[in-house]
Amino acid sequence: MSDSKTLIKIQHSLTQRNRAEARFHWYGRIAILIGLMAVALLFIDIVGKGHGAFRATYINLDIRYDADLIGIDNLSDTEQLSAGNWQALPKTALRERFPDVSSRRDKRRLNNLLSNGAGFDLKDRLLVSPTLLGKTESVWVLADDDIDTYYKSWLDGNAYEARLTGQQIQWIGELHEQGSIKLKFNSNLFNRGDSREPEQAGIRGAAVGSFLTLVMTLMLSFPIGVCAAIYLEEFAPKNRLTDFIEVNINNLAAVPSIIFGLLGLAIFINFFHVPRSVPIVGGLVLTLMTLPTIIITSRAAIKSVPPSIREAALGMGASRYQMVLHHVLPLALPGMLTGAIIGMAQALGETAPLLMIGMVAFIVDIPNGFSDPATVLPVQIFLWADSPERAFVEKTSAAIMVLLSFLIAMNTTAVWLRRRLERRW
Amino acid sequence: MQATHLLSLLIVLGSFSFYVSRGRSLALANPLGGIRNLHSLPSYYGLHAALWCTLPATFLLAIWLIFDEIVINAMVMTDLSPELIPSGNASYNLILNKVANIANGILPRESQPSGLLDAADNMLSLNVVSQWSITLLIITLAMSGLAWSSYKLKPDFRARPAVERVMQNLLLACACVAIFTTLGIVFSVLFESIQFFRSVPIYDFVFGLEWSPQTAIREDQVGSSGSFGAIPLFVGTLLVSAVAMFIAVPIGLMSAIYLAEYADSKVRTYAKPALEVLAGIPTVVYGFFAALTVAPFLRDLGASVGLTISSESALAAGGVMGIMIIPFISSLADDVITAVPQSMRDGSLAMGATQSETIRKVVIPAALPGIVGGIMLAISRAIGETMIVVMAAGMAAKLTANPLESVTTVTVQIVTLLTGDQEFDSPKTLAAFALGLMLFTVTLLLNIFALHIVKKYREQYE
Repeated sequence: MSDSKTLIKIQHSLTQRNRAEARFHWYGRIAILIGLMAVALLFIDIVGKGHGAFRATYINLDIRYDADLIGIDNLSDTEQLSAGNWQALPKTALRERFPDVSSRRDKRRLNNLLSNGAGFDLKDRLLVSPTLLGKTESVWVLADDDIDTYYKSWLDGNAYEARLTGQQIQWIGELHEQGSIKLKFNSNLFNRGDSREPEQAGIRGAAVGSFLTLVMTLMLSFPIGVCAAIYLEEFAPKNRLTDFIEVNINNLAAVPSIIFGLLGLAIFINFFHVPRSVPIVGGLVLTLMTLPTIIITSRAAIKSVPPSIREAALGMGASRYQMVLHHVLPLALPGMLTGAIIGMAQALGETAPLLMIGMVAFIVDIPNGFSDPATVLPVQIFLWADSPERAFVEKTSAAIMVLLSFLIAMNTTAVWLRRRLERRW
Repeated sequence: MQATHLLSLLIVLGSFSFYVSRGRSLALANPLGGIRNLHSLPSYYGLHAALWCTLPATFLLAIWLIFDEIVINAMVMTDLSPELIPSGNASYNLILNKVANIANGILPRESQPSGLLDAADNMLSLNVVSQWSITLLIITLAMSGLAWSSYKLKPDFRARPAVERVMQNLLLACACVAIFTTLGIVFSVLFESIQFFRSVPIYDFVFGLEWSPQTAIREDQVGSSGSFGAIPLFVGTLLVSAVAMFIAVPIGLMSAIYLAEYADSKVRTYAKPALEVLAGIPTVVYGFFAALTVAPFLRDLGASVGLTISSESALAAGGVMGIMIIPFISSLADDVITAVPQSMRDGSLAMGATQSETIRKVVIPAALPGIVGGIMLAISRAIGETMIVVMAAGMAAKLTANPLESVTTVTVQIVTLLTGDQEFDSPKTLAAFALGLMLFTVTLLLNIFALHIVKKYREQYE
């Protein structure tokens, strides 16, 4: 009797236990799904917001390059060129396009259709081909960011009017019917530096700044990191100093990145008087930040070289340095390069420490060297994300897409390098 | 000559010494019957000369680079005409800047007091003197290094051990960069913090309940006395981190358990890297996502059920931070779970336990120290995370435990205090370093403790 009672009890509990098992299994699946959905959501959100920024709105106008209108008579006189009223060119063309606009307010609204950099684009065009002076030509002129936002959203079917007046919308409608307004590839995004005007802002300055900063970081952190790794793996005696170095490396790997910014500000800028905002100081700070990563991965790469190689080299009469330089280092190099790429990817995405050392300034010019003021891609993203103009949301997402594609490319290279070059012993 | 030119000059001199000495050692070896009669290979004699030629000179150049400007500035300021002598630290820097700008031609020379013009000329001439003397010194040093090495060059000179000793020291110096970095961090935050605690008592900072770092610029300004009580920041930081952990720990842990115990190898090979993509995304991207997508979504969601959720709520910032930390926890937990020996699982399964019972009663307890260590590392990550909170959390310090309200964190305040243009010595900027000191100490303690646990645990099963 008691046996069957126990059996029933067990049977009963068994169904419960199996249910608990199934539930637990599902928790796991749900957790993975949430994680994967977060990845998908992030990418869909960014691409959804940013894909529009790769095209910009242009308006077709018949521009007459009238020397009197600009107020110049000699194209080689730089003083005249900079004083010239270039904006008058697109304004006049626009007024000829809509001749019935008369009141001052309407004229201003009409002028607001165009980017206020449009005149300077025409200036650059005229300087490239000076024979155009005095002639008339049909040109696609960059539109204002409000027009750009409206036109894109209107094409998508849910028009966002914001600051536009009914009249401006009507003008855009007319231009659209005549085929004189269209979306073209946004070359400004890739060719220009930062600007207060969203339609003229580009990521080139930031991308070049990022590149210079990364070159500086790589030049410093890779040699130092590899040397430190070689020392710790091959030569370091087991003593207090070595232990202390190891503790320091492990802790530095987990120190918040903003602390490195404080270090850069206090030591490099205030003590050593390195100028602010330049790739040199950015590279120095990022070097200290990525060094632990590079040392740790390089050590792993050196460790993976089998001892038999070392013994063979020593047995042939090589000194320990010859053994390391001629045998261990070449074999460990792919692993070290992988580590370096991962470290550089980390440095490329880093923002917080660079805010501390002044790389957050508004910089229009594209930097030419390591000592020119510069900003970097992530900081540019941060600055644009803070801007109130709606058009900057699109730009920010586009900049993020560019940054992410760089990072994906770097990480893919690292994985490929590891698969391709690393030897299994 | 400029530093970069001097450096290139040194490189040229170094390669020159290398080839000369290598050639000389070969010439020495030839009459003796080949290089086997030398102690070391010829290139070691070359390297020995190159090191002697460049290393001392590089060292001197580094010292010059550091002290050149400081010494010249001090000399210019002591020679300043008496009516211009500055009263305070601020005006000292102001005058120095003016002089430097005149000297560099940034400020026009016209309409400047003659004392400043003299100082600028003085600075220019001192610069010329300093540059010429360093050039001469470096060339002399490099040449005497080469001469010394040539004097030592004989067939039985032990060049290889000598070169290797130098290399060993260079490697050691590279390894010590880690120590210097830590020292640099400690000194930079400690030094400025001590200055800060001179104007604001440490007790008021650590236990004060009000944070409003606006100090009065003019004496008669209203309501800007500046109070530096950091409790609201600590509470805000903890609140955001708690929200992050609330999301990251269950999801990260369950993902790790699923991937380590249930998933077949196919799922593992795809799901694991896909999750780790989250770890590779820059934090500024998460910040953008939190500020422009998650926060408005939460605000509208709250409005639709009648809740007021701030558009800078701790929930949005913490939630996105939690997503960022998921892969961190899952990969650390995955490591420790797979390190639990299979025999323990087999024993439990053989006793009739289901798989989930085995995981809950055997695997997790065995892996617990490692998991706790991982979670602590994650907490230290959350506390130190900057960009997400800078972009998605608020600026105003509010003492609240409600995640729907806007709070500010330690890192947000460090960034806001230091990104504006202000004097370096004001309590406002120094407060950022005091906050940095707090942040560094807390994360350091968490890290040391966590690494200790993880390490101790790992040794048990290996």
